[in-house]
Amino acid sequence: MTLRRLVHCALALTVAFAGLAALYLNLGAEFAGLAQLLVYVGAIAILIVFAILLTRGGEGGEERSFSPASLAGTAIALAVFAVLAWAVETSGVAHPAALPPTPENTMREIGLALMQRYVLPLEVIALMLTAAMIGAVILALREKRSPMVDGAAAESPGLSGR
Amino acid sequence: MNPLAGCLLVSALLFSVGLAGALTRRSAILVLAGIELMLNAANLNFIAFWRYGTHIHSAADPMTGLIFVIFSIAVAAAEAAVGLALILAIYRHARTSDVSEMTELQG
Amino acid sequence: MSWIVRYLWLIPVLPIVAAGISALLQRERRRLSATLAIGSMGVSLVLALMAFAEALSEPARQVVNFPWMQFGTEWVRLGWLLDPLAAVMLVMVSFVGLLIFIYSLGYMAHDDNFTRFFCFLSLFAGAMLGVVIANSLLLLFMCWEVVGLTSYLLIGFWFQRPAAAAAAKKAFITTRVGDLGLLLGMVWLYGQTGTLLFYDHGAGCLEQSALAGMAHAAAAGMAVSTAIGLLIFCGAVGKSGQVPLHVWLPDAMEGPTPVSALIHAATMVAAGVYLVARVYPLMSAQALEVVAWVGAITAFFAACIAVAQNDIKRILAYSTVSQLGYMMLGLGVGGVAVGMFHLITHAFFKALLFLGAGSVIHGCTEEQDIRNMGGLRRYMPVTFATYAAGMLALCGFPLFAGFWSKDAILHAAHGWGLSRGPFYLGAVGALLTAFYMTRQVCYVFFGERRVTEATVAPASVAQHVPHGEELEPIVSARPGEVCAVEDPHESPAVMTGPLVILAVFAVLLGFVGTPAWPWFQSFLAGQSAHLDWAGFGEPGLLSLMVTSSLIVFAGLGLGWWLYGRKPIEHATDLDALERMQPGIFHALANRLYVDEFYNATVIALARFAAAFSAWLDRWIWGGAVWLVSAVVTGLGWLDAGVDRVVVNGGFDAGCRDLARGGRLFSRLQSGRVQNYLRVIGGALVVLAVLLLWGRRG
Repeated sequence: MTLRRLVHCALALTVAFAGLAALYLNLGAEFAGLAQLLVYVGAIAILIVFAILLTRGGEGGEERSFSPASLAGTAIALAVFAVLAWAVETSGVAHPAALPPTPENTMREIGLALMQRYVLPLEVIALMLTAAMIGAVILALREKRSPMVDGAAAESPGLSGR
Repeated sequence: MNPLAGCLLVSALLFSVGLAGALTRRSAILVLAGIELMLNAANLNFIAFWRYGTHIHSAADPMTGLIFVIFSIAVAAAEAAVGLALILAIYRHARTSDVSEMTELQG
Repeated sequence: MSWIVRYLWLIPVLPIVAAGISALLQRERRRLSATLAIGSMGVSLVLALMAFAEALSEPARQVVNFPWMQFGTEWVRLGWLLDPLAAVMLVMVSFVGLLIFIYSLGYMAHDDNFTRFFCFLSLFAGAMLGVVIANSLLLLFMCWEVVGLTSYLLIGFWFQRPAAAAAAKKAFITTRVGDLGLLLGMVWLYGQTGTLLFYDHGAGCLEQSALAGMAHAAAAGMAVSTAIGLLIFCGAVGKSGQVPLHVWLPDAMEGPTPVSALIHAATMVAAGVYLVARVYPLMSAQALEVVAWVGAITAFFAACIAVAQNDIKRILAYSTVSQLGYMMLGLGVGGVAVGMFHLITHAFFKALLFLGAGSVIHGCTEEQDIRNMGGLRRYMPVTFATYAAGMLALCGFPLFAGFWSKDAILHAAHGWGLSRGPFYLGAVGALLTAFYMTRQVCYVFFGERRVTEATVAPASVAQHVPHGEELEPIVSARPGEVCAVEDPHESPAVMTGPLVILAVFAVLLGFVGTPAWPWFQSFLAGQSAHLDWAGFGEPGLLSLMVTSSLIVFAGLGLGWWLYGRKPIEHATDLDALERMQPGIFHALANRLYVDEFYNATVIALARFAAAFSAWLDRWIWGGAVWLVSAVVTGLGWLDAGVDRVVVNGGFDAGCRDLARGGRLFSRLQSGRVQNYLRVIGGALVVLAVLLLWGRRG
């Protein structure tokens, strides 16, 4: 977040996403990790790069990368971190509780959960994605057809098809 | 430091970084990126608690955290798409993607 | 009650209505206003004659009363009456009035304000007739006041002349002084008797029951009725020009001559005498004594002054004052009939004299100084003849009207038990009367026409009398030399006609009151008279008649001796008497300095009071008013200030602060999303801290 050029920031973001995916995998949430990889890295990062491309965000002068009062923002962020850390520390997490065993066969569980308990949110999500897609198309369709249409359309069927 | 606490700290760190980015960078895209990061941090939190939390496996549904994360990723994707489309539209209108110059809502 | 008594009120009302219509006419409608005046007067004369006939047939007093105004629980009632006294006055006033109206047609023909003149004349006539028939002292007083008002209006008819305006004011104010006494008497009378009606079927204030109630003593040994009578007499003193309130009458000559004739010779001044005659039952012997003395002194005093006057009208004015004194004397010593007889005859010959003087003035084109006239008998024969008749009547030349009436007075004075003083005063007055009238006639009608060199001639002090030499109304601006411009001409028939008629009466009227046939006196007493030569046989009467005749001849002779034998050649020549006794002459010519005395005392006091009141008004009352206004203004200013500072300022400041606050708050809406985010972040931190802190605590 401190990189000057936008593209560099986008790439750093991609790396972060990938790291997170790895973390998920490590924690035993394979599906989540892979989904993260697919969606975030594959679609959102690409989207960001495209946006940067289309808005020529990289042309901003170096001295204008940071908004005014960025110090305040940084300070606030630090404060948030401090509070969160303090919360973590003071909560009942410090005790060396027994680590619960890794759950196995999570994919089956996920499928079952999706179809049984979470079927409604599933459908709502589908609806929402559709709406988001249409909205994005409309928003971006103002003057000329934009390649974002394909990008937005490309990533959603991937998810709803699963 | 047990794994849970470590994960939580990492998530907190990610969250602050994302927040810092959203608050300090000029470019609207980077603000969106910061927000994505914050979302991801929250997702990590969920996963951590799903894996290491004390209540999960005795609960009625052991999959809650994971399901939530899946949905969260989906939502994030949609929101990123719409947000970027918005940025594009604003860029076309205002010829800039600098949030500090978008003051038309100023009262 | 016969028709005429019921409609007696028409007699005064008709002229008043004519005056009212006249007042609304334009100045150019001369014929109409004159017609109205003369017409109404003529009708009134006819009605008066009818009333006279009624009184002849029914000598008892007839009264009509009506309620006028409610006054709490009481009613103020007014009314009119008809008795022989009122009847003769009615006929006299309307007849003489009518003649003078006709005369005025000619006299005022050149005046611009012809219409106004006749309006006022009609009003006066109506009011005077009202005085005559009034049965209530209140009604009489109201008409009395209107008479005074019209006198003021008519004296000051040519009001552009300051002398005329001043004379009118003087007349009004002087009579006012007398009227004050009248008012007091009236109020007291009302208090004593509860009514102001003279005759009310036994309940009137002049009737027996009322008089008996007033016989008790009031103050200074006087009975109440005496005191009231004297107070009422005060009014008569003012109106009839008795000493000391006589000063207005000579000045009143500033008015036109018909006015002088009508008002100040025949009628208005006689109203005072009539008033005393009317309230005669009220007058006790003591009051009558005062009346007699006042009359005698006036008669003598005025006759003296008349000797040295040089204005033709002023001589006649003082003569009038003197004759009024005789009337009062007659009332005092002899009773109603004696005084009234002289009043009636005097009205005729004095009106005749005044109208004749007017004719002279008119013929000499507004010349009034007798030293500038002369030899007019050749130019104005009719005027001369009638004037001579009037003059002889006034002097009391045997067999003329004045002889009989004045003799009656002198006879009564001679026989007065209380004192011979009035008699002697009256006798000397008669001598002086003959003397000054002869002087006047010699100056005016005999001798040669005197051409005057200039009016700035006055060499001697006596000629510097401001009033005597007062020359003329607006019409002619060339004083003094007018007789040289054109020959004096006889007046037109419209003016000489009345003169002749009056002259006839002046000669013959006396015969209704001779001792042999005292018709007049009997008529007034309500009895019938018959011819009785034995009337001459009354003790002392014949000798008195001879004596008074001798006095008259003596006066005539003296006047002829001084003035007739050698009439003065030039206007600036000294008067014969003046040559002989310059000191006395000067004093008399200056009217015995009465006016100057009044000026120094009463007028000065009035002026001081006026100045003081003006000062008071300006500084004290005016100051108070100013103070109030200042307070109010100050309060207003204060209020405005408060409003401006507190209210407006407060509101304005409040609104400004509100706006500023709003502006301040609107800065929060920066439109910058990142700012919002920062705020949210900060809030999040605070919230979390709070929560955690709480949890820990």
